[in-house]
Amino acid sequence: MPGGRRRRIHFSKLYSFLCLRSSFTAEHSQIGKKGYSRVVYCNDSDNPEAVQRSYRGNYVSTTKYTAVNFIPKSLFEQFRRVANLYFLVVACVSFSPLAPYSAFSVLAPLMVVIGATMAKEAVEDWRRRKQDVEANNRRAKVYDNKSGIFVETKWKKLHVGDLVKVYKDEFFPADLLLLSSSYEDGVCYVETTNLDGETNLKLKHSLEVTSSLRNENSFQKFKAVIKCEDPNEDLYSFVGTLYYNNGQELPLSLQQILLRDSKLRNTDYVYGVIVFTGHDTKVMQNATDPPSKRSKIERKMDKIVYILFSTLVSISFIGSFFFGIETKKDIHRGKYRRWYLLPDNTTVFYDPKRASLAAFLHFLTGLMLYGYLIPISLYVSIEIVKVLQSIFINQDQDMYYDVADRPARARTSNLNEELGQVDTILSDKTGTLTCNSMEFVKCSIAGTAYGRGMTEVEIALARRKGDTKPGIGDNFADLPGSTSDVMDSRSSIKGFNFRDERLMNGQWVNQPCPDVIQIFFCVLAICHTAIPDVNKESDEISYEAESPDEAAFVIAARELGFEFFERTQTSISLHELDYGSGKKVDRSYKLLHVLEFSSSRKRMSVIVRNMENQLLLLCKGADSVMFERLSEHGRLFEVETKNHIKKYAEAGLRTLVVAYRELGEEEYRGWEEEFLKTKTSVSESRDELVDAAADKIERDLILLGATAVEDKLQKGVPECIEKLAQAQIDIWVLTGDKMETAINIGYACSLLREEMKQIVITLDSPDINALEKQGDKESVAKASSESVGKQIREGIAQIDSTKENSITFGLIIDGKSLAFALNKNLEKSFLDLATKCASVICCRSSPKQKALVTRLVKFGTGKTTLAIGDGANDVGMLQEADIGVGISGVEGMQAVMASDYAIAQFRFLERLLLVHGHWCYRRISMMICYFFYKNIAFGFTLFWFEAHTSFSGQAAYNDWYMSFYNVFFTSLPVIALGVFDQDVSARLCLKYPLLYQEGVQNILFSWPRILGWMFNGVISSMIIFFLTSNSTARQAFREDGQVVDFEVLGVIMYTCVVWTVNCQMALSINYFTWIQHFFIWGSIAFWYAFLVIYGSLPPTVSTTAYRVLVEACAPSGFYWLLTAIVVVSSLLPYFSYRAFQTRFRPMYHDIIQIRRSEGSETETSGGSPAPMKDKIYQLKKRLRDMES
Amino acid sequence: MFTQQELPACKPILTPPWVITAFVSVGIIFIPIGLASLFASEHVVEIIDRYDKDCVPSNYTNNALAYIQSTQTNKTCTRHLIIPERMKSPIYVYYQLENFYQNHRRYIKNRNDYQLRSRAYEFDVDDCDPEAKTERGPIVPCGLIAWSLFNDTYRFSLQNEVIQVSKQDIVWKSDQNHKFGSNVYPKNFQSSGLIGGARLNQSIPLSKQVDLIVWMRTAALPTFRKLYGKIEVELEANQNLTVLIQNNYNTYSFAGKKKLVLSTTSWIGGKNDFLGIAYLAVGGLCLFVAISFVLLYLLKPRPLEDPSYLSWNINPAGLSN
Repeated sequence: MPGGRRRRIHFSKLYSFLCLRSSFTAEHSQIGKKGYSRVVYCNDSDNPEAVQRSYRGNYVSTTKYTAVNFIPKSLFEQFRRVANLYFLVVACVSFSPLAPYSAFSVLAPLMVVIGATMAKEAVEDWRRRKQDVEANNRRAKVYDNKSGIFVETKWKKLHVGDLVKVYKDEFFPADLLLLSSSYEDGVCYVETTNLDGETNLKLKHSLEVTSSLRNENSFQKFKAVIKCEDPNEDLYSFVGTLYYNNGQELPLSLQQILLRDSKLRNTDYVYGVIVFTGHDTKVMQNATDPPSKRSKIERKMDKIVYILFSTLVSISFIGSFFFGIETKKDIHRGKYRRWYLLPDNTTVFYDPKRASLAAFLHFLTGLMLYGYLIPISLYVSIEIVKVLQSIFINQDQDMYYDVADRPARARTSNLNEELGQVDTILSDKTGTLTCNSMEFVKCSIAGTAYGRGMTEVEIALARRKGDTKPGIGDNFADLPGSTSDVMDSRSSIKGFNFRDERLMNGQWVNQPCPDVIQIFFCVLAICHTAIPDVNKESDEISYEAESPDEAAFVIAARELGFEFFERTQTSISLHELDYGSGKKVDRSYKLLHVLEFSSSRKRMSVIVRNMENQLLLLCKGADSVMFERLSEHGRLFEVETKNHIKKYAEAGLRTLVVAYRELGEEEYRGWEEEFLKTKTSVSESRDELVDAAADKIERDLILLGATAVEDKLQKGVPECIEKLAQAQIDIWVLTGDKMETAINIGYACSLLREEMKQIVITLDSPDINALEKQGDKESVAKASSESVGKQIREGIAQIDSTKENSITFGLIIDGKSLAFALNKNLEKSFLDLATKCASVICCRSSPKQKALVTRLVKFGTGKTTLAIGDGANDVGMLQEADIGVGISGVEGMQAVMASDYAIAQFRFLERLLLVHGHWCYRRISMMICYFFYKNIAFGFTLFWFEAHTSFSGQAAYNDWYMSFYNVFFTSLPVIALGVFDQDVSARLCLKYPLLYQEGVQNILFSWPRILGWMFNGVISSMIIFFLTSNSTARQAFREDGQVVDFEVLGVIMYTCVVWTVNCQMALSINYFTWIQHFFIWGSIAFWYAFLVIYGSLPPTVSTTAYRVLVEACAPSGFYWLLTAIVVVSSLLPYFSYRAFQTRFRPMYHDIIQIRRSEGSETETSGGSPAPMKDKIYQLKKRLRDMES
Repeated sequence: MFTQQELPACKPILTPPWVITAFVSVGIIFIPIGLASLFASEHVVEIIDRYDKDCVPSNYTNNALAYIQSTQTNKTCTRHLIIPERMKSPIYVYYQLENFYQNHRRYIKNRNDYQLRSRAYEFDVDDCDPEAKTERGPIVPCGLIAWSLFNDTYRFSLQNEVIQVSKQDIVWKSDQNHKFGSNVYPKNFQSSGLIGGARLNQSIPLSKQVDLIVWMRTAALPTFRKLYGKIEVELEANQNLTVLIQNNYNTYSFAGKKKLVLSTTSWIGGKNDFLGIAYLAVGGLCLFVAISFVLLYLLKPRPLEDPSYLSWNINPAGLSN
């Protein structure tokens, strides 16, 4: 019964747990005061005090709306948009006689538009709700005081003070106080990946007084009161006091707190009391409201709308000015001028005696009339288009991860075009760039390098060199061409990717130093804290380790014949190959001490007694601390090993040095006494003393070799990063990992390269450490700040001094320094330095720092930022960035829930940005430009016409022509453009990543372009109006002598407008499928159909449209001829511009298009690489020039 | 294919051959059309005679308004028109008003379609203020448009021989049949207060009042022609056509002009050089652009001729910047 045995292990003996003992700190004196006022009555829900406090339940809601507030709130959201508000006001005013057209013809499109948007909001919120419901209805066991047993209930029904039982691999339903666990001493393991992204298990430890509460019956009498801090978002602190057993006051710390959304691991069950529920839990407090993000284009669009508004106001003003003058003149010295208007007997709107009032009212009319300048359907069309674009993103087969059956998901559709403008990517590391699984790939034993596996970095390097033969891997492996056999056998065993026939299958006994090899693997098999788990059926052993690295070592040892199969409190047992006899024997080692790993020690040791009664100290640790601890005669392979470690590190591997020593019985006893003494001491500096004691024994080591573990990159990450870098997107890595690891990964994913210079900013310097020891917080802070500031300045100076050379820099900064670098006074210079570096890596950064860095980049550079991450620790960053992309990987769904886009693999980011982002950006910006064009072209014809009606506010067209303009005659082709248009195919987008810069530099939505389109609209409207009005001015337009009247002119002009704007669309799209054809020509056809249908309604309904096409226009050749000339001439300016521009000042996409059409664009586009750099530079410069 | 956005598509690109073809073909198509329209327009004979000024007696020249508003003055006026070319029948007779805003918002809405259409809606005079009703009941047809009906009349004679002006088919059929009721008779029209324009014969239903129907079909622009009638005889060149005008309509107060127009038509309608010229101009412009494009194309080589500009994929040097 391995499980049972494990339960009996007293972990407090295995580890130096005494340091976990809680003690009252300064904060505890705050209990009961402001900010620390929470009182929890445990297992006492009927207590009147508890009832009175009534903390909120465990129900969690992340939706934006509720059923009740949906209508008002979403309406409010809608009318926050200026344009919508304008149309609402117009619709209201249009019921008055001021309106130049009927009220319903304004109201109908507005209702369609608002309704569609609200429907979209509702659907999106419904999805969020479904996820909430899932979480709220998860099951948990809660103690029922009456029946005395644990009963199942839903998460949302839990209350503060409830006793819950949580089983292995379950999530904690709320923030709990750990009372006891299946282990006697009340420890439990917790996985907090959802909170901080760290995959190692964290140990939680209950108070001694409660750890005995392991019997369900014992809870019958359990009553306690917890006084603690109020809900807050700090994941790393908890202050509270437990009042238990009649006034016993016990301090509580984070050690006793199990946080919601973390998971119980390696522990069969725990009992806990709920302290915080629902939105009070730390994780929910951390989740700020998802900010409603708006894309830059949309914000710019608002500015354009303002421009249009001012145009609207000014032309209305011009109109009303002249109208006032004309009206005033209507009665002159008692005489009527335009007697047919009966100016003496009129309403206030036309009263010459009150001309200025009439002019003012006319101004209001004008505001309504020219409302067609503001595209009412713009917002809704954009929303529709974005939803459809999102569907394309969701459906993209190339972003579908078949292994996990996960497609890409666009969770918001607001930001599609923003994807095409990303300037900086801020990426998490673990789980985002890497798979978060470690693989043992290489080792160096006794100065010989083993392991033929190629790492991702080596593969990338080899590829960059243009060939596969002399890869770095072959420096270690003697046989060439080993890549292929690595490839096909890859990851057959998780965590093990070591291929070397010299060591495998017991062959190591034939190597030069078999004894060293034996000890080496013994160290790997013994020096760890993993727990074996023997599968009874298959006899296979799996391990549960604190970190994936450790698991990789144990697995490696197992695969090479040192199978760790049993751990007891005091011993570790292995199946081992005895190289002398060649037989498999079971050996057990008596475990005497574990000297734990810590970030300051950077090593771990165990002291064991083997079966030969030898005392051994087995040690593994970082090279920086290990080499100095070697004994004189233990440095036999030092040079070779160092050499190998360097190469491993260059290959992006995580290395550890393995060493051992034999201990003399005397020496050990002396040391042990001292060590135990320091361990049980209660002085403040106990930890340091323990470390110092450990130091004393961990010396005079004998070097065995080094291991190299690969934190395996996700598939395609280096290629993806390379592509993104080619698209000139900056990439920052923000990781909680330690600096060495981060740098290694930086190399692995080609963020850092050998030729790059590193600028490292760290506070890990002796003087700072010394200050820290003194414990004066203020002086530490001051010194740290100064030190960071100095390092930043030095970095900048270093970059400036080497500006001429093409040396690139990589900035690496650790979390502590980052905290100071993000202070107000250093912020700017830090950003300055960071933007000058090609890549930036921030290690040891907390979730908050990640968010702060994101904010700094976002506001500091003003460019679009994209954050990508997979853990709950990335949530802040994802929400802070302009775009948050969540990796829907193994680490729960927190990041995905907070993200705007979710993809399954980092490499899909390439397609998401370069293809979808580019397309969406292009589509949306084209679409908006076109929208303004078409509405200006239309709106200005109204103005020109009104000018010919003595500015009386008369519209040229029938009311319904106008209200259908934006809805039926012109909107569908625009939507087709927004959904389907593509300048170049996906393949070419990926092939020419620089194309992406069109979005980053916002070339397609620059002011010249926008104004150009607007100007084009004005030109079109002038051509339409003046050509039609001049050619139809007086004379008959038919053979039967009929002349063009108001009705016919309206139809002619409108026909020309519909043709022009739709053909303009046809000219400006690059991608004609049947859909585009259908919509464009369909819209034009629909206009005629509409005219026929509407015209056949009774004249009281159709008014000026009655049979106008059938009877008056269609039989007239003149009508058709006029349409043709007007349409062609209004398209001429744009067409000529495009023809010349494409040819003589092509944009980047034009070039690619031309090359594609010429057929010179093939997969093997050749050419000599030598002069490339220069030309690339020119092209980049051109791109920048265009922008400025 | 659809979800991968890889539908079969035509991807038009403005390559030089395409551009040149497009411009040249527009030119080639438009110029003949322009010539044809001009030719057609040339065959139309049009006589325009402005009479508002000349029909004011010399003693009223400085006070034309008093003349036109007075009921005492003789409004008859005789004009002699020389036919420049042979005019084939039918010859359309128009009156042309200038600076008359039939498209004024107050004016254009001042009518009631229900009332015009059916007797049942006689009392429906919405939108007709101030010409909606009198003490005796509603005005039919109500509204400013009807009230200001044009009331000049023309009588044509050739060497003292009266030429009949036919009012047949000068209105749109749809107007006559569907907008103006055959059972709606004028009532209380021009009966009180200020008299606007023409009076209507109360015994003729609105659907037969062709002048009213023509007038009620409002003009789009302040200068407009309306059909007065048709002369269904041919007029020879140099014939002297005498027109007896009753100059009743007041255009003097707003400095408008009144013109009498006689015109034949062709397939493009009346005399219309503008369209032909526009076609010629646009066609010519297209040819010009095509030529300049070709010239530029030949003189100025394409700036990015070298295909290696785009060969990014060979060299990852793009990284190093």
